[in-house]
Amino acid sequence: MLLVVEQFLNGLQFGLLLFLLAAGLTLVFGIMDFVNLAHGSLYMMGAYFAATFVAWTGNFIFGIILALGATLLLGIALEFVALRHLYGRDHLDHVLATFGLILFFNDAVRLIWGPAGLALSLPPWLTVPIQVVPGVFYPAYRLAIIVVALAVALLLYIVVMRTRLGMLIRAGASNREMIGALGINIKLLYTLVFGLGAALAGLAGMMQAPILTVQIGMGENILILAFVIIVIGGIGSIRGAFLAAIFVGLIDTLGRAFLPDLLRKILSSAAASTAAPALSSMLIYLLMAIVLVVRPEGLFPANRR
Amino acid sequence: MKGLFNVRNAAAVLVVAGLLLLPLYTTLSGNVFALTLFTRIVIFALAASSLNLIMGYGGMMSFGHAAYLGIGGYAVGILAAEGVGSGFIQWPVALLASALFALVIGALSLRTRGVYFIMITLAFAQMAYYVASGLSRYGGDDGLTIYKRSDFGGLINLSNRVQFYYLCLGCLFAGLYLIWRIVRSRFGMVVQGLRSNEQRMQAIGFPATRYRLACFVISGTMCGLAGALLANNTDFVSPAVMYWTRSGDLMVMVILGGMGSLFGPVIGAIVYLVLEEFLSQVTEYWALILGPLLLLIVLFGRGGIDGLLGRFSRG
Repeated sequence: MLLVVEQFLNGLQFGLLLFLLAAGLTLVFGIMDFVNLAHGSLYMMGAYFAATFVAWTGNFIFGIILALGATLLLGIALEFVALRHLYGRDHLDHVLATFGLILFFNDAVRLIWGPAGLALSLPPWLTVPIQVVPGVFYPAYRLAIIVVALAVALLLYIVVMRTRLGMLIRAGASNREMIGALGINIKLLYTLVFGLGAALAGLAGMMQAPILTVQIGMGENILILAFVIIVIGGIGSIRGAFLAAIFVGLIDTLGRAFLPDLLRKILSSAAASTAAPALSSMLIYLLMAIVLVVRPEGLFPANRR
Repeated sequence: MKGLFNVRNAAAVLVVAGLLLLPLYTTLSGNVFALTLFTRIVIFALAASSLNLIMGYGGMMSFGHAAYLGIGGYAVGILAAEGVGSGFIQWPVALLASALFALVIGALSLRTRGVYFIMITLAFAQMAYYVASGLSRYGGDDGLTIYKRSDFGGLINLSNRVQFYYLCLGCLFAGLYLIWRIVRSRFGMVVQGLRSNEQRMQAIGFPATRYRLACFVISGTMCGLAGALLANNTDFVSPAVMYWTRSGDLMVMVILGGMGSLFGPVIGAIVYLVLEEFLSQVTEYWALILGPLLLLIVLFGRGGIDGLLGRFSRG
């Protein structure tokens, strides 16, 4: 039972982390109609910035804030120099251009930080275990991820649904010509949204960094997961991304934790130990395929408001 | 299409002649490396051309095409590991397995459109990737070494570099001829019509999904053949050939060369792989140059290399 609670929290934490990544992706896709494969590179850059700045300043929180700013600026620069010229083009052009950016970022990181990974160590106050349920201790840092990600999700909801900026963003998503004609600087708005998405991806990267190592290509696997999430949730829908992210996080984590034992009850133990890792990696893709076959537009399509 | 003599056709003739005469050059100069490189290029050109059939002509943006490379490769590798060395069994099995996989994922994926189609094909390819990683009997993550290339009796010796190169080239030309015939057939016209205006085609009475699916299966089978060739070329097959960046590479080759042109993907494969090889000799950080180059090509070179050649032709 204790294990179930712990794995459930792990799944929730992973899902929330995925939400941060998917939120930026679905914002950029829903509003600019832009497919950004390089989103995973921003996630990676966020982690590298965090490792560098935390080591440089010697202060965890301060380093994270600097890294967030750096990722935001990087996103804005990227949008300003290259990507804004691609809006309105074919999706395939987006795929090709941002695929090129992935290649670029991977080698740029190798050039600057070297091929070996970095470690981002936690300050002592984040490493103590906290008792969540009587008898269940859970690392403070993972709890902190859950709290921060929930706070960011709430903030994002308030910004998009309750502020003037959010109103403009939503208006831009439904009719970009009209909002431009009404005198809104749509280019600036797009740059801002892209920067926001980049910062969210960077935040996800730097929060994941102390758990896994910071390394080249860390953004690629998780990017595919983020794509799976926005497709399941319905492209452009933040609410859909939130629910789908938690769902995917839980299924992936619980599948990896309990599927081997479950299979062992049905199959021979040798067959189970070979089938389980592959099957648990496949689970979410299977889920996505089922969702798309049953509801080709995702669970919460954004366009049918 | 006025006049046979234009830059586009001249480039195609040049490429075909160059590919045909390459072994002559390598034998005379003793440059074995060029032959190895171009064998790989020809195989990828076949894979990219098969992707072009659905992407360029059919408007189906598959982001999971590398899965067939793996399926074709694993069919050869697994049969070889189990002691079935004959190419007359290995290759038909590779083609059949690819066709079956394409039939199943095509039937499911074709219910979706646009970005959703890109993503669901990607998801199926990732599933294939994880299945291959889980095949611990056949190497799992580390891949499967093929100790003996497919055996075609006295017909052809795959271990001979020049013979193997010409076999790959023959497969490429056969594939291109097939695509050329398909595109000009009634079937091909329907598929291209569906790309332009699906509603109108359906109103005329064509069953859209059935035509698309047939095209999808043909393309997958062709790529499975490329997979069987690739496994023989490297004497090795691993899940890495199915990884999504591999599918990205194939897509880049098609778009770089020019989507929806017969020779575009061949030129794209040559340029992409030669560039990769050349840059990696100049600097360890070759992707630092190749990445922005791709970005520039998208920004300024619409229609890929073929589009560029077409602009020259018009003067």
